[in-house]
Amino acid sequence: MPKIAKPPMSEGMINFLANPERFTRVTRPLRSWLAGLAALLLVWGLYLCFASPEDYQQGDTVRIMYVHVPAAWLGLAIYGAMGLSSFFGLIFRHALADAAAKALAPIGAVFTALALATGSLWGMPMWGTPWQWDGRMTSELVLLLFYIGYIALHASIEDEVRAAKSTAILAMVGLVNLPIVHFSVQWWNSLHQGGSIFVKGGPTVGAEMLWPLFVMVGAYHALTLWLFLIRLDSEILARKYRALRARLSFN
Amino acid sequence: MIRASFALIRRDLGLSLTRGGGPLLSVGFYLTLMAMIPLSLGPDQAVLSRIAAGLTWLCLALSSLLSLERLFERDYEDAVFDTLRLGPLPLELIALLKCLSQWLGTGVILSLMTPVVMIILGAPMSLALMGLVSAFLGSLSFALIGGIGASLALGSRKGGVLMALLVLPFYVPPVIFGAGLMQAVQTGASPLQALAFLSAYALFALALGPVAMGAALRSALS
Repeated sequence: MPKIAKPPMSEGMINFLANPERFTRVTRPLRSWLAGLAALLLVWGLYLCFASPEDYQQGDTVRIMYVHVPAAWLGLAIYGAMGLSSFFGLIFRHALADAAAKALAPIGAVFTALALATGSLWGMPMWGTPWQWDGRMTSELVLLLFYIGYIALHASIEDEVRAAKSTAILAMVGLVNLPIVHFSVQWWNSLHQGGSIFVKGGPTVGAEMLWPLFVMVGAYHALTLWLFLIRLDSEILARKYRALRARLSFN
Repeated sequence: MIRASFALIRRDLGLSLTRGGGPLLSVGFYLTLMAMIPLSLGPDQAVLSRIAAGLTWLCLALSSLLSLERLFERDYEDAVFDTLRLGPLPLELIALLKCLSQWLGTGVILSLMTPVVMIILGAPMSLALMGLVSAFLGSLSFALIGGIGASLALGSRKGGVLMALLVLPFYVPPVIFGAGLMQAVQTGASPLQALAFLSAYALFALALGPVAMGAALRSALS
């Protein structure tokens, strides 16, 4: 067997965690802490949501914001993270990057769907309609479609290595293309309805509303990280299982 | 290399024009969609003339989707790609040429029909020229972006539906710009902005498509 040169330590954290064994060893104890942190922040954030004052225009419905905004933010952030890890997987053949992108996709899809669902729940009392073909909502919907396409592509290719490669290419294409879709949708909306209907609820967000929002954003992040580590770990286990089964059937 | 490129285009065009009724299929689909629209929306001329241009764009996008499945699939199954790779052309160029001949064989024909479809659906005559120009640009981006989807879906189960799901979100900009262009012409606004965006997207697809398709084909062929 040829000897594999050890990468120099200067290449840092990313390389250090590229080894699946080491990754599992480092992150497994982290997981229960993350779960605890997420639960704590979620309880605190939800308490703050109801303790915060009502909006003078929107009344109680403004509280939907605290579950809606972080979900929308994470839907976008996870999409960026998927693009980044696909880039690492495709260009540098990073061992865990493909698995990371695969693990992230359903989480991002669920957050995007959650953002759309809470958005339309918020829209019903505020705009009098659950759905407006507004630029933001439409591009959020396209983002959800992209997630679904990504997951479907991964599921439909049997060979795991090929599936990882194809989805990484799709993610890279999406990374450059979805911003264009986003801006074209903005442009389309401004073309059709010159900004007459949409006046956002609160004038400016006050500090007493910003605080619960921050806590909820933190809670969502901790939750995402926790779910991500669990999914990544189970993906590593699944890989091991597949490799073992292949070796057994070969013998 | 140039001679090889032309030979490839000639072969693909010949195959798509003579065998299997390639363009006829797409044209038939295009016309069927067109006929379904008044049937589902009612024959009210006032309603139809307002939405005719936009609906034509939708039909064009869906019809371009139809022939994508054959773009790489047959050559992939017949191992033609392995032969082509022995030649002087890089895989990126092969993919690009295949998309271009797909466009020449199907997209251009659909584009030529677009003004007719638009007018039959009730759009004013004045849209015909712009409709033609924009359909050329739009179908070019459809073919190139669609090629990315086709190359990604190679060798997977349920290729066709999967491809539609992958490709349609990226068909959004040309549909928006194309339909916006039609609307601009109809309302007398300057069509330049939409036309520039539409061309920009076609050029963007021309730059991005070959790289992505090359990578996807390479992974499918390995």
